[in-house]
Amino acid sequence: MFRFLRDHGIIERNLILMGVLTLITVSIGGLVQIVPLFTIETTIERVEGVRPYTPLELAGRDIYVREGCYVCHSQMVRPFRDEAERYGPYSLAAESMYDHPFQWGSKRTGPDLARLGGKYSDDWHAAHLRSPRAVVPESVMPPYAFLDRPLDIGAIEAKLKAQRTLGTPYTDEMIANARADLEAQASADADASGFASRYARARQGVFDGNPREVTEMDALVAYLQMLGTLVQFRDVTPDQVRQQ
Amino acid sequence: MAVAAHADPTAGDAPAGEFTIIEAPLRAFAVATIFWGVVGFLMGVVIASQLTWPLLNLDLEWTTFGRLRPVHTSAVIFAFGGNALLCTSLYVVQRTCRARLFGGEDMGWFLFWGYQFFIVAAALGYVLGVTQSKEYAEPEWYVDLWLTVVWVAYLVAFGGTILRRQEPHIYVANWFYLAFIITIAMLHIVNNLALPVGGGTGKSYVVWTGVQDAMIQWWYGHNAVGFFLTAGFLGMMYYFIPKQADRPVYSYRLSIIHFWSLIFLYIWAGPHHLHYTALPDWTQTLGMVFSVMLWMPSWGGMINGLMTLSGAWDKLRTNPALRFSVTAVGFYAMATFEGPVMSIKAVNSLSHYTDWTIGHVHSGALGWNGFITFGAMYYLFPKLWKKAGLYSEKLVSWHFWLATLGIVLYITSMWVSGIMQGLMWRAYDELGFLQYSFVETVAAMHPYYAIRMLGGLLYLTGALLMAYNLWMTVRSTALAETAPQPAFAPAPAE
Repeated sequence: MFRFLRDHGIIERNLILMGVLTLITVSIGGLVQIVPLFTIETTIERVEGVRPYTPLELAGRDIYVREGCYVCHSQMVRPFRDEAERYGPYSLAAESMYDHPFQWGSKRTGPDLARLGGKYSDDWHAAHLRSPRAVVPESVMPPYAFLDRPLDIGAIEAKLKAQRTLGTPYTDEMIANARADLEAQASADADASGFASRYARARQGVFDGNPREVTEMDALVAYLQMLGTLVQFRDVTPDQVRQQ
Repeated sequence: MAVAAHADPTAGDAPAGEFTIIEAPLRAFAVATIFWGVVGFLMGVVIASQLTWPLLNLDLEWTTFGRLRPVHTSAVIFAFGGNALLCTSLYVVQRTCRARLFGGEDMGWFLFWGYQFFIVAAALGYVLGVTQSKEYAEPEWYVDLWLTVVWVAYLVAFGGTILRRQEPHIYVANWFYLAFIITIAMLHIVNNLALPVGGGTGKSYVVWTGVQDAMIQWWYGHNAVGFFLTAGFLGMMYYFIPKQADRPVYSYRLSIIHFWSLIFLYIWAGPHHLHYTALPDWTQTLGMVFSVMLWMPSWGGMINGLMTLSGAWDKLRTNPALRFSVTAVGFYAMATFEGPVMSIKAVNSLSHYTDWTIGHVHSGALGWNGFITFGAMYYLFPKLWKKAGLYSEKLVSWHFWLATLGIVLYITSMWVSGIMQGLMWRAYDELGFLQYSFVETVAAMHPYYAIRMLGGLLYLTGALLMAYNLWMTVRSTALAETAPQPAFAPAPAE
């Protein structure tokens, strides 16, 4: 130690040496903490049900990302009794394995959304997003009435393709049918047998109450309504969720 | 004594007249620091008001809290803090190396305009909904690429200047600036690796997913605090406090221990942002243990800064700028004690997701980063504009007390609201049901949000007084130094 302090002058006189030693010093922690998360298989639980987002849900998620919802809403239920009662079963790593980027959040100005799907009706969501205080008078959420505008679906195939390049298991069929699947999910009466076979447990509907066009509101509500619904917690065994 | 020679920046400084440094771009950086500071504080007051009175979201998509909050955080961290770091690091490296900026004035101007362009492009993106929604790394891929170009130029300029030095030793402030530049480059590149979607959109998907993305994000996010807001600003501490106190740094050996232990330990602390999440337990535990250990180098550095005033404490009475620098170190001590406490899992289970975190961040940002920058700017403006002193020391005192009162209101209100919110979420009634619905906890925050907004308003008012004071200092002819301007003597090649 004292020898190091005495010999430190060598480092202080050599910029390259100091820079390299600094880079090594600051790399260690990250390597130890990050690399094993990619190599230890049990990091992500092997549970049934997690699938890639449908095109409409993915478009909705991109709106969630665009609007910065994560600054006020977490998507991560912690393993506490009060959170289980308030929100539902605690979140698994597997449930966000296709999330580019993750949206676990860091602040709950509003409630956690990880288990939001199916808790409220589509109408409630649309009304609440348009005017939060009309539904919840004490809310401090901004109004999102501007989402009642046509959804831009021009890049939906490109989005699925980009996700596939990054490892999300979208099939050729899913990419070829991206636009059709998006439109089918957002209407009540379209024949959606193909869509349903590609995406398990995906719900069809007129999410914003307006059947004439597919809007950003449709996409966002479709996304919110699927959050936390993919894993059936009745069927999950403790062995599957063990993460060491 | 050899030890004092490394530790004393006055030893490395050339006497006036011997050589001059590149100053014009530094003056621009100094003005930008003040400008973006005011913008960042103003945005903070705006979004604090939105949480108090949600009508202020104005029913427009560009002015929702979700879009403006990154404008506030980026304006304060990257625009105010970043300009302050560029300004002071390029000043300090030239003075302590007795060498002119590598790349000359052109390099300085490229860094200045390149960095301002990054800020404006990022902020415009947020308002228009162009964001990755990765906290403190919101800009999309093309803005990230541009920042990478500017950052590499910054490393070249800074390192190149050190290579030209006429002092055998690299002064301690430069170690911290160098570690800040290198580490931020590493974090920025890894965290922002993304695949553009194409198809006429600016949209991209980050290559990482889920739990790994979470770990990488907070490895980045916590070390944006650790290296941008700590190591870089410690560089300021190690130059401007000895300069203003006219004393060498308290302990050269402590500087060495401080530097290496701080940069080694900080990088491990990220997982404390992910306690009780789906991140594996072993990673969380590592994050907690290293966060607690981090207390030691943090306070070692704090002691090194404060003890530098040994025998010069009376200067606090007569030098209000020094008062800012020293109080900053006090807030640094407080925030770096609170941080390890909050990283303990049992405490974190209460504090996480609440306003306590927001209060903690602001005791660091307003108290440490803000005050050390104000102290440096009150010192630098007269130097860079060749004035004998400041327009008004009384206004500096007003700034100091307004800002201090603002911080006290801010952090106490956030302590109360954060701890109350955490307790309300987990409260049960006598029948065993959750006692409060979520929205009852939102309603309970209202008075504390109003107090917080008031605290921010006081802090902003102080910053406006500073802007006026510095403007009058620059404009003043009475303050102009009468000594003849030193002619430039070119630095001999190494």
